Amino acid sequence: MIVADRKPLKELLEMVKDFNKILIIGCKGCVTVCNAGGSKEVGVLASALKIARKKEGHPLKVDEKTLERQCDPEYVDQIKDTVDGYDAIISMACGVGPQFLSERYPDSRFFPALNTTFFGGAVQHGIWEERCAGCGTCVIHYFEGVCPIARCSKSLQNGPCGGSNEGKCEISKEVDCIWDIIVRKKMEHDRLDELLEFRPPKSWTTARDGGPRQSIREELVI
Amino acid sequence: MSELKSGSNLEKVLKAGHFAFTGECGPPQGVNVEHLKEKAGYLKGCVDAVNITDNQTAVVRMSSWAASLILLQEGIEPNFQMVCRDRNRLAIQSDILGIYAHGIRNMLCLSGDHQKFGNHPDAKNVFDIDSMQLIHTVKTMRDNGTFLNGQDLDMPPRLFIGAASNPFAEPFEFRVHRLAKKIMAGADFIQTQCIYNMERFREFMKKAVDMGLDEKCYILAGVTPMKSIGMARYMAKSVPGMDVPDSLIKRLQGAGKGKVAEEGIKFALEQIEEFKEMKGIAGVHLMAIEWEHKVPEIAEKAGVLPRPSV
Amino acid sequence: MRISYPTSVKIIQVPCTGRVDILHLLKAIEDGADGVYVAGCLEGECHFTDGNLKAKRKVQYVKKTLEEIGIEPGRVEMFNLSAGEGPRFAEIAIEMFERIKELGPSQVNIKNAA
Repeated sequence: MIVADRKPLKELLEMVKDFNKILIIGCKGCVTVCNAGGSKEVGVLASALKIARKKEGHPLKVDEKTLERQCDPEYVDQIKDTVDGYDAIISMACGVGPQFLSERYPDSRFFPALNTTFFGGAVQHGIWEERCAGCGTCVIHYFEGVCPIARCSKSLQNGPCGGSNEGKCEISKEVDCIWDIIVRKKMEHDRLDELLEFRPPKSWTTARDGGPRQSIREELVI
Repeated sequence: MSELKSGSNLEKVLKAGHFAFTGECGPPQGVNVEHLKEKAGYLKGCVDAVNITDNQTAVVRMSSWAASLILLQEGIEPNFQMVCRDRNRLAIQSDILGIYAHGIRNMLCLSGDHQKFGNHPDAKNVFDIDSMQLIHTVKTMRDNGTFLNGQDLDMPPRLFIGAASNPFAEPFEFRVHRLAKKIMAGADFIQTQCIYNMERFREFMKKAVDMGLDEKCYILAGVTPMKSIGMARYMAKSVPGMDVPDSLIKRLQGAGKGKVAEEGIKFALEQIEEFKEMKGIAGVHLMAIEWEHKVPEIAEKAGVLPRPSV
Repeated sequence: MRISYPTSVKIIQVPCTGRVDILHLLKAIEDGADGVYVAGCLEGECHFTDGNLKAKRKVQYVKKTLEEIGIEPGRVEMFNLSAGEGPRFAEIAIEMFERIKELGPSQVNIKNAA
């Protein structure tokens, strides 16, 4: 899923400081799964903002709504009779949500409540880790099902580098050296010689480096 | 390894079968060229070539190519270094052509420390290609006479290609295979990370020699004399991929106050003596960063002076 | 037991403090409570295994949130006691009451009183 973290309350309060009536819209997709922008988190943010503003003697009216997703026009359409009348609307979806909302409702002002970070999954209740960098040319099968583009700090394809230390990346003891894992897996499965094959320079055209991307299912386009 | 690939001094020394001796010098964090010339001056005549680091530990310094040019002007042969962290394949190939045009003949291909270590941690990192692919790039340009995309160069840059090897990083069993891979990709000479654990290094070299790697590539053993107990402890704890045995730290502690640096040099000299005889080792790379003024003394005591004229 | 505790403490009973949600605590502050505390079983003795531990983490989260928006985190607290400890219950109520008296009325109330 897409993983995101809520922006600090100070930043959000700054965003809404000149407003008196706002709407917070959550999303039941990825951000609910990573507990960043679902209906619960919308409630918590609404309450926190209201408390802060009451304290300042400058109350804020906050309405709450959660959509199935904010990345499909059908769901974004659902609030067409609700969007008017707010000074600003905060989207608690990933970076896609506020943009889709902005495009659909050009007369309203949208603010992102989250900092969207990576594609990942839950490794433990409450902890999500990055697994995919969206490079557009998946090659994990060459690396025992592990992605060095996303999980190696230097995206090495012929790793490890000399900084691998006791199975950890040189940048931090909290980060596993993914090449250590790849090499050990290859050794375990007696496929170490596969790592002697030179991996040529990667084409980054399918990654974000190639420009904003599109995905088209021809058979579905009307 | 029959005909000269670049004609550099280092290559000629190694080809002639002499025990090579290289040094290292860090470029300035500014434009103080005089200080750079002073540091390099100590190394002149004591070493066959001088490594010029490239934004080492991700701390911004004068570019390796610029500092290398200055050394060239001083009559010292530089080992130009390039890391993959800061440049994409366009800039890399572009710079390779540029440095060659200016007379630089040795090039070391490295990954580069992650920018988190350095003084500009907010920077975007590049890593368009990795160090293995960089070695391949230089070899392609030199031996195929083409750019990476296959397009012809009007004239190929004939560089002596170097790479680094860390026998102590993990997984240990894989390091010698990675060295083999770098040699297959095109490395002509290798400089290892500085060695303190001699036993482990002997093990590594035995494997390398068994695989015949020393016949395909010149391997230079890295030596950095310990200046102080603080330095030994720091390297043991905080430098990734470094193996500093407790026995060495104890030895330095036993040297007595004020005599630690002397003991450190003594250890380094013992290492150099062993490397001269060690099968597969073609020379030593001495990294005495910010201690360049000690190099003439060390070179003298190590018995590597005068340097061969080839 | 007929032990007295301050009348300004209003009790809301829950089957387990694990049932208490972040929003219950935040909304209490939002609606003007000067303080809110959660009294759960002693750690290791939760009737539902770890409801009280979950409550503790939620209280921590609310304290952090309050601090971020400039409200004293001491206004929200977690306490642990056994169901049979009548005197301890009163002790906690008095402790919290004294603490809130010291902190004064919630700034949410001050500004809105005017």
